[in-house]
Amino acid sequence: MSIRTITFDAIVVGGGGAGMRASLQMAQSGFKTALISKVFPTRSHTVSAQGGITCAIASADPNDDWRWHMYDTVKGSDYIGDQDAIEYMCQVGPEAVFELDHMGLPFSRTEEGRIYQRPFGGQSKNFGEGGQAARTCAAADRTGHALLHTLYQQNLKNGTQFYNEWYAAELVKDADENVCGVIAFSIETGETVFFKAKATVFATGGSGRIYSSTTNALINTGDGVGMALRAGVPVQDIEMWQFHPTGIAGAGVLVTEGCRGEGGYLINKDGERFMERYAPNAKDLASRDVVARSMMMEILDGRGDGPEGDYVYLKLDHLGEEVLHSRLPGICELAITFAGTDPVKEPIPVVPTCHYMMGGIPTNVHGQALRMSGGHEGEDQVVNGLFAVGEVACVSVHGANRLGGNSLLDLVVFGRAAGLYIEDALRQGMTQYEPSDDDIDAALARVNRWNDSKDGESVASLRKELQSTMQNHFGVFRKGDLMEEGVEKLAKLRERIANAHLEDKSSAFNTARVEALELDNLLEVAEATAIAASNRTESRGAHSRYDFPDRDDENWLCHSIYDPKTKQLGKRDVNFEPKTVDTFQPKVRTY
Amino acid sequence: MKVSVYRYNPETDREPSMKEYEVETNGKDLMVLEVLNLLKEQDPSLAFRRSCREGVCGSDGMNINGKNGLACITPLSEVAPGVKEGKKPLVLRPLPGLPVVRDLVVDMGVFYQQYEKVQPYLQNESPAPAIERLQTPEDRAKLDGLYECILCACCSTSCPSFWWNPDKFLGPAALLQSYRFLADSRDDATEQRLSRLDDPFSLFRCHGIMNCVSVCPKGLNPTRAIGHIRSMLLERGV
Repeated sequence: MSIRTITFDAIVVGGGGAGMRASLQMAQSGFKTALISKVFPTRSHTVSAQGGITCAIASADPNDDWRWHMYDTVKGSDYIGDQDAIEYMCQVGPEAVFELDHMGLPFSRTEEGRIYQRPFGGQSKNFGEGGQAARTCAAADRTGHALLHTLYQQNLKNGTQFYNEWYAAELVKDADENVCGVIAFSIETGETVFFKAKATVFATGGSGRIYSSTTNALINTGDGVGMALRAGVPVQDIEMWQFHPTGIAGAGVLVTEGCRGEGGYLINKDGERFMERYAPNAKDLASRDVVARSMMMEILDGRGDGPEGDYVYLKLDHLGEEVLHSRLPGICELAITFAGTDPVKEPIPVVPTCHYMMGGIPTNVHGQALRMSGGHEGEDQVVNGLFAVGEVACVSVHGANRLGGNSLLDLVVFGRAAGLYIEDALRQGMTQYEPSDDDIDAALARVNRWNDSKDGESVASLRKELQSTMQNHFGVFRKGDLMEEGVEKLAKLRERIANAHLEDKSSAFNTARVEALELDNLLEVAEATAIAASNRTESRGAHSRYDFPDRDDENWLCHSIYDPKTKQLGKRDVNFEPKTVDTFQPKVRTY
Repeated sequence: MKVSVYRYNPETDREPSMKEYEVETNGKDLMVLEVLNLLKEQDPSLAFRRSCREGVCGSDGMNINGKNGLACITPLSEVAPGVKEGKKPLVLRPLPGLPVVRDLVVDMGVFYQQYEKVQPYLQNESPAPAIERLQTPEDRAKLDGLYECILCACCSTSCPSFWWNPDKFLGPAALLQSYRFLADSRDDATEQRLSRLDDPFSLFRCHGIMNCVSVCPKGLNPTRAIGHIRSMLLERGV
């Protein structure tokens, strides 16, 4: 089949913070860069990030040290974050954050005119010995919005070529599994194009929509993970899903950890500040996995409130109207809109809600995607032509649990790092791999399958079933037999989705087609999550099992690697060799 | 409850029409977007944009019973009396004044072009310091009410001046952004920015109708920002 080919030096798929930081880097250097996004870039999910970007810029504390940030991040990851990558992120971070200020990001300010920093969960001074740190750089509680708009503006200035409302459907690879580009279509017109490039950068974000209840935007359907898995690229630590402690009960809308950073705290139905029992030192600012589990224990022990007893409260009124309106204005709006409560007067009903995918496509610090020589095990091998940055990637700086404020830092540091690496590679002469017509046809097969479907089940009903399966079988607390059942349900769903029906075959702004293609991706992410979760026989970070309640460093101080070709789970070494500091050895993790 | 939705598919429809739907909401005070999602389960061919579903991405600006707003943060009880109870229909149309691509999806090209015309990015010729450019909290406070814009286009598409001259009058959203950079103590392109606005159309077609202020889902005030730019232009002329 012959379709139009458009050629670039580099293409970026995804217009959130990571994608636009990468494209900006390359466009600034004059390389022909395209950014393909299924939504207008400022509608990407980065826009919803609230509390800030964690980084040791030494504003709140002139003695702050990126090594302390590194220590917190390693500990937060429950020791399966790669220490070389975490070192790079924390060390380069300040430069990347100052660049954002120079680009115009409207950070909140201190009296000295510097960037305002607030305390966030899991932060410490002096390697856990010096008490709570305040390290999260904030633009009120709209940091993601400010960051995303700033990056879009800079990309406009530097001539990135945007393909907005284009949907990337599949990777194109040659016979030797080298990546040549992507198949994408214009949502507005339906025109399908082969975007050919020497470097294809996935910045497609997370996939919180595999769960029924999530803080994630409706667009977070794991498109990059789905494309990678179908192309035979593995995923790493995909069982690790963060449940954010404070999603608004019922609505799932996020309430920033910055609320607790500013002095808010959680209470149960009896008004008790229960985190004092679970994390005597850090209390409400323990890391997210710890706080989310504690909340669930309160609810399961009957101390939740509401008709179903299924939520607790975030209390903020003691902070006073002035602080709330100046520091947390967006939260006040959201609470009134989605919970019907004004935080100035009443606590907000909250419940742990699926928030972030720690796992993803394994990469090195340059963003190069990796596969294992033996499928699910063996040596690291670079997937030629493919890069991944941001939430879709697993570099891994978050390990088994991400610290608040580290996602925005991850985006800008590794978006930038991939851009820098690709620039350099392009200067030295990067190979353009050439697909055959058959390779392109193979990449079109999935779109054609939906377009040719004659009858079958509807996308919406299958999606709901998938989401409730994940919610019920792979939530905050997990159990072997329940997960096995979940895996079986997903296997059946796979057959049914393969025969599902797209009724609307029209070309102009056909959102039904997009949702059908997204469903395939949700399934890929869900199944990989399910198989990885049921195979990791321990509790670590966000992965918490009733049947294996303890961390098992002897067997599981490692990444998991899920190979889509065999559906097997293997192990990959965690990096314990930072370049400039001593290794942080695993310790018992308490807050 | 009854919902009446503007439908138009350029491939099959010669002209747009309003289609009536019946949706079961069980008397709940749903957001308009939740009603749309229920409609889409009934009729997957219905096209509309949506993303964050919490009022920060700006995707789902539309005309709801005659007033522009974001579907995801507009509860039925606030649309009009009787809508939530099913006594009156919910009436959904695309944002007015822009070409319709399909159903509730409009072509926002001209809106984005006007945004780009104001050079919506910080300009500062002096070498960047090794840390951030310092800014006092007072100077930073001048950006409040400006930087929060989500580019939903509810304001510009409710503005009669923009309806008449969408190619020449920049419209409230772009002008708000223009002032966001004029007001930023870190930006030093004030003179160039002002001179680009100094013609009869770009800014001066604003007649202070203030529809923009009444519809802005983020509670921003483009008219006030336009007033500030006017003052700056006047001072500059003296």
